Amino acid sequence: MFSLPKVRFTGRSYKTLSLINSHCCSFGVNSSRSFGTGRHVRKDFIQDLENQFKAFRDKAKAAMPGSDWSPIQVTRGLPPERADVVIIGGGVIGWSIAYWLKRKLMSRDSLRVVLVEKDPTYSQASTVLSAGGIRQQFSLKENIQLSLASASFMKNINEHLGVLNEDPIDLQFNHSGYLFLANEAWAHIMEESYAIQKELGAEVTLLSPAQLKERFPCVNTDGVALASLGLENEGWFDPWTLLNAFRRKAMSMGVYQCFGEVTGFRCWTQNAETTDGDLLNIKRIKYVNVQMPNSLEYQPVECAVVVNAAGASSGKIGDMLGIGHGPKTSVAAIPVPVEPRKRFVYVVHCPDGPGLECPFLIDYSGVYLRREGLGGNYITGMSPEESEEPDCSNLDVDHEFFQEKIWPRLAHRIPVFENLKVSGAWAGFYDYNSFDQNGIVGLHPLVNNMYFATGFSGHGLQHSPAVGRAVAELILDGRFKTIDMSSFDFRRILRQEPMLEKNIV
Amino acid sequence: MAASMLFQMRRHCSLVPCLTVAKRQYASNPPSLFSKVFLQLNQRFLEVEYLIRLGNWFKNRDVRRKNLFYDYAQKKYGVNVAAAYSILKLGGAFRFAGQTEWFCTDSKGKFSFDFVNTPDSTIEEIDLSRTLINQAGLHNLMSQRKLRSLSVQGCPEVDDWFLARLHVFSETLQELNLSHCPRITVGGLAALQHLRQLQQLDISSLPQVQSPGLVHILVEEMLPHCKVIGAEYDQGLQIQTDNREPTDADSLRHAQT
Repeated sequence: MFSLPKVRFTGRSYKTLSLINSHCCSFGVNSSRSFGTGRHVRKDFIQDLENQFKAFRDKAKAAMPGSDWSPIQVTRGLPPERADVVIIGGGVIGWSIAYWLKRKLMSRDSLRVVLVEKDPTYSQASTVLSAGGIRQQFSLKENIQLSLASASFMKNINEHLGVLNEDPIDLQFNHSGYLFLANEAWAHIMEESYAIQKELGAEVTLLSPAQLKERFPCVNTDGVALASLGLENEGWFDPWTLLNAFRRKAMSMGVYQCFGEVTGFRCWTQNAETTDGDLLNIKRIKYVNVQMPNSLEYQPVECAVVVNAAGASSGKIGDMLGIGHGPKTSVAAIPVPVEPRKRFVYVVHCPDGPGLECPFLIDYSGVYLRREGLGGNYITGMSPEESEEPDCSNLDVDHEFFQEKIWPRLAHRIPVFENLKVSGAWAGFYDYNSFDQNGIVGLHPLVNNMYFATGFSGHGLQHSPAVGRAVAELILDGRFKTIDMSSFDFRRILRQEPMLEKNIV
Repeated sequence: MAASMLFQMRRHCSLVPCLTVAKRQYASNPPSLFSKVFLQLNQRFLEVEYLIRLGNWFKNRDVRRKNLFYDYAQKKYGVNVAAAYSILKLGGAFRFAGQTEWFCTDSKGKFSFDFVNTPDSTIEEIDLSRTLINQAGLHNLMSQRKLRSLSVQGCPEVDDWFLARLHVFSETLQELNLSHCPRITVGGLAALQHLRQLQQLDISSLPQVQSPGLVHILVEEMLPHCKVIGAEYDQGLQIQTDNREPTDADSLRHAQT
């Protein structure tokens, strides 16, 4: 009502002003747009008045009911006081679970999902610091199925994670298969794994040393007894794009994102007696305390289900709940066996190295190598010996490790890498399951409503779409529907029955 | 009002390009009114997500229907007939091994079913240019282990996952034409390394491939026995002509003048 005549008025006033100034023809009649680049020298009374009005209107708006302003200071970004599901950890697994929880239910408010992430910059998150590979060459049936399901998810990623009025997702997927090299001792294990992979429909082929030499002339075949090469659905992609795609989609479906750190729980406990006569404390989480970043303020979130997807810190979350603090020789004394392990990734430049045909090479000595871009850059690294694990308190890179351990092995396998230059390096955490290097998915028997989705020991990123769906099924349907992951349950740790994956990098 | 404005615009002829430019700039960025309303609704109702998914489902219906897996035909008539049928359904053409005649559809998409009578002959050449084939549709052709030549020129649905699946023809495929496919990137071209028998490969005019000259060289290195048709080697390179250091030849020329 008020704005339209005003615009006209200012337009006219502008017209008169311009006529006074330069006597040239007038520009757009109905607009007050200025075509000159300089500012008005003369003070414009109308303009001033308009600015005053604008400031007044802003002030009035802020004081109106329904605005953010309130006389009591309220911290922004506090999580809601009540939620149905609280997911701890905003890595790719956490966001995938959040997405699938929303995806499986057909309405926005039927389930309130809050995701708590402690680091908004993701500077130490394992997701974004990983090498980003996906492979089917595992030895366990479940891991192969998870990879196949995740690959088919990535195939149709825009149908799953496309958001209205946003660009389509480009994962920058590079279709180069993994090339595993085995020595005499490992060859029979590779053959066994190959049989399982073929049975489940993964496209993998075995190569003899002669065939390997023919396919990849740059690889030195000394000591190699057998090689296996992935043909389809293997390669590497951009982890940050996948994480952001999950996050964008989950938030557009109504997941609450909250930046803060989980510092404690308020539980309700019940005593139970086993058939052996042991007394057990069965817990149920009632509140999750979420502390705001850079302050002491915290908000207890009342919730029904907690999902522990905290990756490398999930052992710490378990510790807060008192898992592993029980009397010795009982099941309550077994902690969550997930701990952070630091892994170094080195970027090397080697102009004579293998080109577009470079596979994701994994040598039996533990060294891996993949191409990065088209300019002769490569990413390499290896897992250190159990006794030589580096200190995990920070993410500093040990350059000696490359010189002493990685380079000799790499140059032995691919001789052109004798001439290389390290152009960069970084370190990231593995959420290392020290019990059997496999994921833990499922409820904890002693904490009634905490679901685990952690401990993937370096292949959490590639399995995240399928794991998210499995956990969502477990929460909403009470059982696994698509991929049976019941053998990944926490009970195997309590029973001390490891489920060993042989192809761990 | 509008007429008078138009009249004024005609009078100030120099103004017209100015206004249209301004309008175009404005129109390119913000969403249309429909999607604006949709976005507003999306913030309140999750159902909008399902509507969008349903809309996409309808949009992709044609692609899906064309790329169906003909399980029934395979069981009843054998794999070769099913493959031939799927090609003609897509609107492509093919040639059986040992024959010179091509089977193709007419302008209305009709075709003769003569190939049903020869269930044992395998397909040697397939031309699927400008059809809607995607990696799901490739499933019908997997059985053709004598395929020598495949052309998917200008197919909008051919992507990197399609190329990754071509490894099934690695023993026989000699000619492959991928030109003008809008969705192929470098990541997919790396998967062609499994095609060891390839003798001719066309990768020209792939809009998603940055620095096509470099990619051309890399593909030639990857497939040493193959003739690669693609961009010139220097395409995509930014050769800086100005503000370069004067070379010896330049200084010599200056000295002469």
